[in-house]
Formats: sequence, structure tokens, C-alpha cells
Amino acid sequence: MILVWLMLILFVGGIGAWLTESRSPELPRVIALFAIGLDLALVILMLVAPGAIGLTPVDNGQGTWLVLFEAEWIPRFGISFIFGADGLSMLLIFLTVFLGMISLGAAWHEIKERSGFFYFNLLWTLAGVIGVFTSLDLFLFFFFWEVMLIPMYFIIAIWGHENKEYAAMKFFIFTQVTGLLMLLAILVLVFLNYQSSEVITFNYFELLGADLPEEVVMWVMLGFFIAFATKLPAVPFHNWLPDAHSQAPTAGSVILAGILLKTGAYGLIRFTVPLFPEASLTFAPIAMTLGVVSILYTAKVAYAQNDLKRLIAYTSVSHMGFVLLGVYAWNAQAVQGAVMTMLAHGFSAAALFMLAGGLQHRIHTRDLDKMGGFWGVAPKMSFMALFFTVAAVGMPGLGNFVGEFLVLLGSFQVSITATAFAALGLVVAAIYSLIVIQKAFHGENTNNYEFADLTFIEMACFALMMIGLLWMGLYPQSMLDLAEPTLRSLNVVFP
Amino acid sequence: MIELLWLVPTIPVIGFLILTLTQGKLSEVPAGIIGAGSIGLSFLVALLVGLDFMAMSEAGASSFSQNLWTWMAVGSFEAGFTLYLDGVSLVMMFIITGIGFLIHVYATGYMHDDPSFSRFFSYMNLFVAAMLILVLGDNLLLLFMGWEGVGLCSYLLIGFWFKDPYNGYCARKAFVVTRVGDASMALGLFLLFANLGTLNIQELMVLAEQEWEVGAGIATAVTLLLLGGAVGKSAQLPLQTWLPDAMAGPTPISALIHAATMVTAGVYLIARTHVLYELAPDVLFLVGVVGAITLLMAGFTALTQNDIKKVLAFSTVSQIGYMFLALGVGAYSSAIFHLMTHAFFKALLFLTAGSIILAMHHEQDIFKMGGLRKDLPWSHALFLIGTLGLVAFPGFSGFWSKEEILASALEHHEGGYILFLAGLAGAVMTYLYSFRLYFLVFYGKKTHDGHEVMGLHLQGPLVILAILSVLGGFIHIPVEAVFGLAEEHHPSVMAQAVMILLPMLGAVAAWWVWIKGGLDTEKLAGSGIGAKLHRFWFTQWGMDWLYDRLFVFPYTGLAKLNRKDFIDSIYNGTASLTRYCHSLVIESQTGQLRWYAITMACGVLLIVTIGVIV
Repeated sequence: MILVWLMLILFVGGIGAWLTESRSPELPRVIALFAIGLDLALVILMLVAPGAIGLTPVDNGQGTWLVLFEAEWIPRFGISFIFGADGLSMLLIFLTVFLGMISLGAAWHEIKERSGFFYFNLLWTLAGVIGVFTSLDLFLFFFFWEVMLIPMYFIIAIWGHENKEYAAMKFFIFTQVTGLLMLLAILVLVFLNYQSSEVITFNYFELLGADLPEEVVMWVMLGFFIAFATKLPAVPFHNWLPDAHSQAPTAGSVILAGILLKTGAYGLIRFTVPLFPEASLTFAPIAMTLGVVSILYTAKVAYAQNDLKRLIAYTSVSHMGFVLLGVYAWNAQAVQGAVMTMLAHGFSAAALFMLAGGLQHRIHTRDLDKMGGFWGVAPKMSFMALFFTVAAVGMPGLGNFVGEFLVLLGSFQVSITATAFAALGLVVAAIYSLIVIQKAFHGENTNNYEFADLTFIEMACFALMMIGLLWMGLYPQSMLDLAEPTLRSLNVVFP
Repeated sequence: MIELLWLVPTIPVIGFLILTLTQGKLSEVPAGIIGAGSIGLSFLVALLVGLDFMAMSEAGASSFSQNLWTWMAVGSFEAGFTLYLDGVSLVMMFIITGIGFLIHVYATGYMHDDPSFSRFFSYMNLFVAAMLILVLGDNLLLLFMGWEGVGLCSYLLIGFWFKDPYNGYCARKAFVVTRVGDASMALGLFLLFANLGTLNIQELMVLAEQEWEVGAGIATAVTLLLLGGAVGKSAQLPLQTWLPDAMAGPTPISALIHAATMVTAGVYLIARTHVLYELAPDVLFLVGVVGAITLLMAGFTALTQNDIKKVLAFSTVSQIGYMFLALGVGAYSSAIFHLMTHAFFKALLFLTAGSIILAMHHEQDIFKMGGLRKDLPWSHALFLIGTLGLVAFPGFSGFWSKEEILASALEHHEGGYILFLAGLAGAVMTYLYSFRLYFLVFYGKKTHDGHEVMGLHLQGPLVILAILSVLGGFIHIPVEAVFGLAEEHHPSVMAQAVMILLPMLGAVAAWWVWIKGGLDTEKLAGSGIGAKLHRFWFTQWGMDWLYDRLFVFPYTGLAKLNRKDFIDSIYNGTASLTRYCHSLVIESQTGQLRWYAITMACGVLLIVTIGVIV
């Protein structure tokens, strides 16, 4: 039930924020703060002291669930409310709520117009994401998949920058079309399962291990894969991302990069591979190749960008390539690496987008060629930029390294060729990352920009994310231990 | 006391944290005390640990390891934050903290009045911490962490004066080029894990000896990949191109990172994993060949440079070449020995060069110096001592280590004599370029006045380094337990005489050319073959030129060409096509009822016709 509460608090908070705007434009953000703060407190409690709030893990034979909630919805079609959270879900829920808090910090001073509706959308997106990370009924999952999409569309379309309509529409079409593919795949899956077992059900647990005819299963699997690979995103489905990111307001970028992309990776780990193990195995070489292509191709495109946010957006695709590679290598090291990459990239990319957004807010441009020498103007901001860039480069001691190293270590055992190419990612990451530091923060401030350094709220946000990345980098075991039972229940190979 | 080992890398980390968190608000004195003091303290702890370790090894233990916490354990893979101390890491630890401390003290004087004084020391402290982790890590992953960490600090410190975009370029080049090596090394780690199931160095050595035969393909592949990492970090062929550019950083950095410690990490790596290399004798010999070619190439290039720091940089490349040569003939302890003596005299040379540069108001061109021995008596004496160490003048520290290397090469069973000849030729070159540098700076006609900048924190460390450069050859390094007892080499008297006396001809030649004016070098380098040769040597055999065309330009060019991401045009093309079709059919929407009626009738007729025919 506590999972339902997590979502309800956000849903209700969102409505409250919308309604109170007319009283005071300052009120919605306070309500949002309360809602997310309450959620964060609950999630931390669930992680640290589950016993204190009466949670005992249940083993249903298909994983150990910290929380498992079931209720009927449309019994006629075998649709029910099934929410469950195991270690993997908990990690991602924490990421969601934590970055929700960060995005609030980013929006605090930036969003002035229609703030009520903004926070409504923000909270509903977060609620939708939590739903995605906990739904164990495919119909319910699809429902939340849509719930998180539409508010995000509004965030880009209303509070975005110069080219917002185009970007929002592109984002919407990409995710909607592929989402429909997934819906189709879900329906076919349920139908095929009905043919073999005479039961109509959308229940994830019952669909696991469904007896599916070989000639169509690949197509059904592809329906899921394309939807998730678009969200991830992977080449060649990535083109919505640079536009969405460069146009979205800072808080939108933080949520997009930090959380929404992870729903794609989560979908692959939770649904695509476990539901279609054989088809996935057959498909793995192609998926891994796509992962490697994503890593290298978008790194190269990123290097040539002069729009700071576009550049960071492309690097996101590159990092998500490691996730794709890791998931389809499907052994313990690789999948754990993918999970760590999801978490660490959530932090580092969110921080970098927040920096880029903060810069745009201050100097009203994202053009790297106009920047330079900002270390002299804003040393705190520059230090933060350096720190998170270094994290993104994959410096050992910070979270991203643990993720990428484990992915490569695992995938090497499956495909030496793919890993050898992916390892080049270490080199190209250095090329595109350091050019950002050079163009924006080092060199001379030729345009004589003067602006205020980071505010207290911003500093607090960055400090939290720094601590998070250091924690992941130095003591990842705490997270690996949480995710491990999930991976075992999903039949990840443990060499 | 040996339990304090964890403090050795931790103290510099604390120094780094204090200096970073105070955000440069500390004034010079406290920042200097924290920056240099943390390394000094770390050295003291290292001494205590070392004394205890020595007592332990008297009692028969050859190593000590300290597990701090589990870093990551996934499936059968496990890597901990575990420190491992044996003779080799002990020597490295002393070099890093000891020489590091002296350089830090010197830097408090050298960086005086720099607005980013505190930032400088924070990076320096981080570097020392990373370097200590590199040499103390008990598994290759922890070693890799230090390995990447020193690379990062190297990047930050080369580009320390970031206002000049050139410095930024050099820093990026250093980082990216070494990363190529790092990627190769990472693959080596994956291959090792996939085959032996662990990354713990000591376990790897035991397992490899059990499971691999000498000359096995897997051993060859692993050692080649690790060698890729080593040549990147240690600036050996073919990845040496970054080191000369790294001289853009402040001079203490060149002394600490790009002479005494980081660039020797590759030597340490190979020595550390020498058992693997012995299972791949071909690769081990290749290590020697790489060293031999590099030391010659760098020697020739050093001869043509006119920037005082670049001459020293190429001499570093060349001296590390000697260490690789030593590794290649299995003389691991000689390699580590030379690593140590080189740290003494090269740190001395760089720091003295720093003093000269300060005295000349940041002039680095040796052709704008000359006749400085009267103006700068301190620098002159110290530089001469460093030079004598570098050229391996009998009695000086470099002499003992280099003679060991040459003797080992000479007696190496197969192919050793080629390496020996290369080493001998390199020794002649060393005399030649070192004394060219010395004569050009301190002799000849004085063109500019120099004013020695004095201070205890400047000259103090230099005097200690000078003493080490003279006497350092008598230090015994306790590495027998790691590499086994070194073979005693007794080259014939004739061979010894050749090894000692022949290279001195280089000094004579230098004297003849640059003091006596027996040869007009400008004329020689200005025309015909001389000019081409000069250009060839000066540009490190044109490798930068080649790499630019092979890798840099194609990459950046293609990236710029595809800035708009061609995949996007496919989607936009779909959108355009839809819009085009839309504009086509929009014509039919005329709003006239009869037009609709006619088209409908035609449609029905068409369908009926098709139905009838089919």
C-alpha cells in the first residue's frame, strides 16, 4: 500500500499545486516541496528501516519483494493493480524522488509563469515514473508509461525555449508511436498466452514463462524493444532527445536525463529480456551492436556540437549505450554495471543539465563558442562543472566508472569484439568532455560575461549529487547488494 | 606501526579536501603548510611503516596487506580497497612521498603570488594520493584507479594556467593520448579476469604460472594489452607524443609528475606483473626493443630542442626507455633502481631549470640564455650535479643504475647485444645533449642578465636532491623478495671501460661544437639533408604530423561534417514527405459538391471494373 501512497501524495500534491496558484504564485512550489519531501522521507525509511514502517519482504517465488500490493481492477480482462518493489525498483524509486527534489531546486527560481500548472506536471511525471518502476501488470505499466509522458510534453511545450513546439511534438511523436507499438505487443502477448493457456491475463508473473509460438515471438519482443530503446535512447531512435533537452526548462532536462531515460533501461531489464528470453538471446548481438554504435556514434556527434545542452544530450545517448550493451550481455557483472550506470548517469547528467540550464539562465545563450573563461567569473560553478564532467568521463572513485567498468567486464565474456569497440568509448568520452571545460570554463572570457555564482540552493543540490556519486564510486557494494536478488530472480547469469 | 599504512594515501586526500573545500580562500602560508605539510606527514608515516616493514622482512615476511573495505563484489568478481606493501611498493612509496614532499616545498616558493596558489596544491595533493594508490593497490582495479587518477591530475596541472588555450590543448592531448593506452590496459584487465577469474595481482601471478605455458597466446595477448597502457603512461613509442607538450604546466609539475613519478608508472606496472611477461618472452623482449628505440629517438630529438624544459622532457622519455630496456632483459630490480636514481637527478634538473626560468623572468629558450654561471652560481652548481647524474658520470647515482642496465643487456642470452648497443649509443647521446644544454645555458656569451631567486624553500629541497643525486646510487633497494636475487654481472674490464669511457666522447663533442665552435650547427641545420634531418628529429620523427592526419583530422573533420546528425534528417524527411503528400491531396478538397460526386462516381466505376475483370 505504501507504494500507492507514494504516488497518491504526488498526484494529490500536483492537483493542490494547480489549484493554489490563484492564491499565490509562490504556493505551488511549497506544496511540491512538501509532497516530494514526504515521498523522499518515506523512500528513505523504506530503504533504511523497512521494519519500522511494518514492511517485511515477501518471496512469491518470483523474487523477493519489499512491498507487493495486489487489487482487482478489470477482472473480466485479467487486469489488476499489482505494484511491487524489489531492490532494483527501490533503487530507481529513490533515484526518482531524489532527482525530483533536485529538479525542484532547479525550478525554484526559474519558473515564474503558470507555476501551479508547472508543478502539477512535474509531480505527475514523477508519479508516473514511480508507477512505471513498480507496476507488475502490463496494462497498468502501459497506463503509467503514458502518464509520465503527457505532463512531460506540457513541460517542454509551455516552459521551453525558442523552438519548444517542435521539440515537444517530436518528443511526443517518438514516444507515442513506439508506445503504441508496445501496446500492440502487449495485446499480442496476452492473446498468445490466452491461446496456449486459456486465461486472459496481464499479470506479469503469469506472463513470465508463457508458452509462445516461435515465429511471432521475435516480433512481439521487438515491439517492447523499440519502445524501450527509444526511451533509452539508442541509435537510431535517439533523435528526439537532443531537441527535447535543448528546449526543455532546466527542471525538465533534469527529469528527462536523470529519470525518464532510465525507464527505458528498466523496461529492458524487467520486461523485454525476462518475458522473451530466447528471442532476446537471438537478438542480443544486434542489441549489443546498437549499444556500441550508440556509444561511439553519438560521442562523435556530441564533440561537434556548439549548443551546450545538445552536446550533453548526445553524451547521454553515448552513456546509455553502455546500458544497452550491459543488459544484452545478461550476466551479473554486465547487468549490475548497467544498473550502476543508470544510477550514476542519473546523477551526473542531471547535474550537468542543471549547470547548463543555470548558465543559460544567467547569460541567455547555450552557444559554447560565445563562452570562455568562466572560472574567473564563477569558480564554484566551474568547479562543479569540472567535477561532474570528470565523473562522466568515467573516473574511478566516482559512480560512472563502476557502472561502465562492470558493463565492459561482463560484456567481454560474451563478445570480445563489441567490448573492444566499446572500450574506445573511454577515449572518445575524454574528447567530448574536456572540450566543454575548455570552451566554457577555461580560456579567456572574450565576451566579458559577468554573472552571479551558484546560489545556496544550487550549491546544496550539487553537493548532494557529488556525495551521491562519491558514494556510488567508493562503496557501490551497498547498491549492488540491493539489486542482486532482483537480478537472480530475473535469471541473470551469475558466472 | 605498519597498520598505519592506510594513512599514507589518506593524509594527502585530507589535504586535498581541506584545500578544495576552503575554495581558495586560504592565504598562501596556511595553504602552503597544508599542501606541503600533508605530504611531509605522509612521508613520516611512510617512514614508520617502512621501518616496521624492514623489521618484518628480517623476520621472514615479504609482504603486508591491509584490507580496508570491499569495493565491488559481483558474481565471482571481487575487488577490494586493499593495500599491499612489498619491497617494490615500499621503494615507490618513499619516492612518491619523499621526492613529492621536496617538490611541494619547492613549489611553495615557485608558485608564490600565483592567484590560484591553493588550487595548485589541492591538485598536487590529489595527485600524490592517486599515485600512492597506484603503487599500493593489491589488485589491478585499484591500481587502475590510481592510474586514472594520476592522469586526471596530470591533465589538471598541465592546463593549470588555463587562460592560455595552448595550455588547455596540451592538457587535453596528454589526457586523450594516455587514455588510448588506458583503454588497452582496461581490455587487458578484462581478458585477465575472463581467463583467470581474479584481478588480485599476487593471485594472478600464481594462477598464470599454473595455467599458462610459456609463450601461450593468452599470455602474449594480456601482456601486449598491458604494455599498451604502460607505453601510454610512460610516454614510450608509439604514444610518447604527449609528454613534450606536457611541459606547458608549471615546472614543479614537470618535476613531480612528468619526471619523477607518474611517467614511471608503466615501468612499475610491468615490473609488478613481471611473471606474466616471463610467460610471454616475445613481448618481454618487445618491451626492451620499445625502450631501445624510444631512448634513441628521444635522444636525437633532445639534441634539437631549444626549450630548456623540452630538452629535459625528451631526456625523461629517453631515460624511461632505459628502464623499459632493463625490463626487457629481465633486470627488473635495475629498472626500479634506475627509476629511483632518475627521480633524484631529474627532479633536481627540472627544479633547477625552474629556478633558472624564474631568474630569467620566464624565459625558456636556451638560445636566449648563455653565460649564466656567474649570475646564477647556485643553479649552476646544482644543474651540473644533476647533469652528471643524468649522463651517468662515474660515482654519481645514475652511473650505478645505468651500468647495471647495460651490463644486464650485454649478458642477456639472446638479442641482448643489440639492446646493449642501442643503450650504449643512447649513453653517448645523453652526454651530447646534456652537455649541449649545460654549455648553452651556462657558458658562451651572456645575452641576458639573470638574478637568482633565493629562499630556503627553493634551495633547500634542491640541495637535498643534489645530495641524493650524488649518493643515491648507494641506496640498497629491498626488492629481492619480489624479483628474486638479481644475477651478478661481471662484464670484462674491456667492456666496462667501453661502457664508461665511450659515452664521454659525447661530452667532448658537445664541448667541441658548442664551446669551441668547431661546427656551425645553424649552417648544418639550415640546408639540404641537415635541414631535413633536423626537422625530422625536432618533430619527434614526425609522429605528431602523422597522428594528426591519421586520427585527429579525420575524427574532428567527420564529426564537424555530421554535426547535424544525418539520422535526424531521415525523421525530418519523413515529416517533410508527409507534409508534401498533404499539400498534394489538399488540392482535391475544393468544397464543390459536383467535384466530389464525379470523383466518387469514377471511384465506384473503377472498383466495379476491377471486380469484373478480376
